[in-house]
Amino acid sequence: MTANTPRATRPFYWSVRREVWENRSVYIALLCAGGLGLLAFGFSLRLLAETMRGEHEPIDLVMPYAHISMLLVFTVFVVGIFYSLEALHSERRERSILFWKSLPVSDTTTVLAKASIPLVLMPAVALVIGVAAEWLMFVLSLVVALGGGVGVAALWREIPLVQLQMVLLYELVVVALWHAPIYGWLLLVSGWARRATFLWAFLPPLAVGIFEFITFRTHHVFRLLGDRLFGFAPQAFSPWTPSGPPVDPHMILLPELTPGRFLASPGLWVGLVIAAVLIALAIRMRRYRDPV
Amino acid sequence: MACIEARGLRKAYGSKVALDRVDLRVEEGRILGLIGPNGAGKTTALHAVLGLTSYQGELRVLGRDPWNERDLLMRDVCFIADVALLPRWLRVSQALDYVEGVHPRFERAKAESFLARTSIPRNARVRELSKGMVAQLHLALVMAIDARLLVLDEPTLGLDLLYRKQFYDSLLNDYYDLTRTIVVTTHQVEEIEHVLTDVMFINRGRIVLDSSMEALDEKYTEVMVHPDQLAAARALKPLYERQVMGRGVLLFHGVDRQQLAALGEARTPGIADLFVALMSDGMGDAARGASR
Repeated sequence: MTANTPRATRPFYWSVRREVWENRSVYIALLCAGGLGLLAFGFSLRLLAETMRGEHEPIDLVMPYAHISMLLVFTVFVVGIFYSLEALHSERRERSILFWKSLPVSDTTTVLAKASIPLVLMPAVALVIGVAAEWLMFVLSLVVALGGGVGVAALWREIPLVQLQMVLLYELVVVALWHAPIYGWLLLVSGWARRATFLWAFLPPLAVGIFEFITFRTHHVFRLLGDRLFGFAPQAFSPWTPSGPPVDPHMILLPELTPGRFLASPGLWVGLVIAAVLIALAIRMRRYRDPV
Repeated sequence: MACIEARGLRKAYGSKVALDRVDLRVEEGRILGLIGPNGAGKTTALHAVLGLTSYQGELRVLGRDPWNERDLLMRDVCFIADVALLPRWLRVSQALDYVEGVHPRFERAKAESFLARTSIPRNARVRELSKGMVAQLHLALVMAIDARLLVLDEPTLGLDLLYRKQFYDSLLNDYYDLTRTIVVTTHQVEEIEHVLTDVMFINRGRIVLDSSMEALDEKYTEVMVHPDQLAAARALKPLYERQVMGRGVLLFHGVDRQQLAALGEARTPGIADLFVALMSDGMGDAARGASR
């Protein structure tokens, strides 16, 4: 027997590829969100020239860009939740885990590749789609502006395109980091539950919250859950000062970002530690659990 | 070096003992048939060897601890279980890409040339293939891996006769080379007994028989006894007696074949017949034990 010299392999890269093959929704949903935003913008184009010529606030022109950003961030969140709930469950349900485990890829590599889908891959895809869509929107606006006799320079002044895209990048990173423990929890449940991953993931926290409210008439648990969903906003953006009233969310621009405050918030770091623990448990789960 | 070495291997699911302090040793270059009734512990034993399940006791496979070093072990070990293992969404081309990407000893050209002899379309998904084709695909992937141990758990379950024959033919002609070790479980014992070098019977978590095929030949004799010799034959304490077309067929252990030839037509029993004889003996023990 001639011993073949082992080739170099890239287990992590191919594990991520495998996830995208299985879950095409992780980019198709984002493409749809971008497409939807563009479509809506296209329908509003005929009003654009009028708006630009007449009296208008800067926000009237910037709004569509902010909308498409928000749509993409929201899509990452929703698809990320459903992806994570299935991530370690579907391979056990269809028993293909025995095939995956018959290859020299460790459980750690596999689970980290799965965790990277909602935490890294989807935000990155959302950024690319967002940037492409917003440039397309800007070019369409230019065409309309030229046709309507509005100067290009004025448009460029009024729509801070690059700033908007920096904000999108910032939002995606902030939300992914803040939501990391949510994805960790969902991965753990999907690796542990025999069925009904959705119920196992959401009912226990809800039940604890209801129990607390009935017993003590307090709602610390609910506040904690709410903070994990939306708590990034008061830390990461200045329009939401932690104490003051919320300001118009459409007009977040670079000066309104507060990365220092976000990085200094205990909520971020506590969340990341919890996420690391949950992902470590999910790795253990993949090692121990049998096919369903 | 032994390919597989186990001492006191034990695995229990709750109160159900799947492996009951099993000792076994499989040398390199052997083709071992692991035979047992449903629920005997065959699959548990194979899963322990593959690092898919935890266990008590001592187990080394190719010098490694499978439970703690599964990903390293899988560079030298391949596994095919019944055809339902390949994920249904996977495309044939993706399967090739993935295994090439993660397995250092995979030779893509070999897999391609094997697939070229089948009618499997390269861009088909597993769910679009027939059972026989899925088995061919899995075999193509495995045969292109330069492994030292191949584990087959009911690999031809649910396949028609042609595919089953082709499966074992490919395995023996194109894969087995006297240095590789193959461990196979199947209910269709007759189809593989001529290729085995060793056989092991397992029942209720214990090894009931562990023998090379040559030793089997020396130890066990089956005689189709002349009707007038039946009493004399029974006096030699057969293990088991059955009727074939009105004539008694008696199975002996450790009785000289020359002596038996005088009583009728003597030959080496088939594994299936031996299995029935030894297992029904075991059942008898159990029944006696229960009535005591």
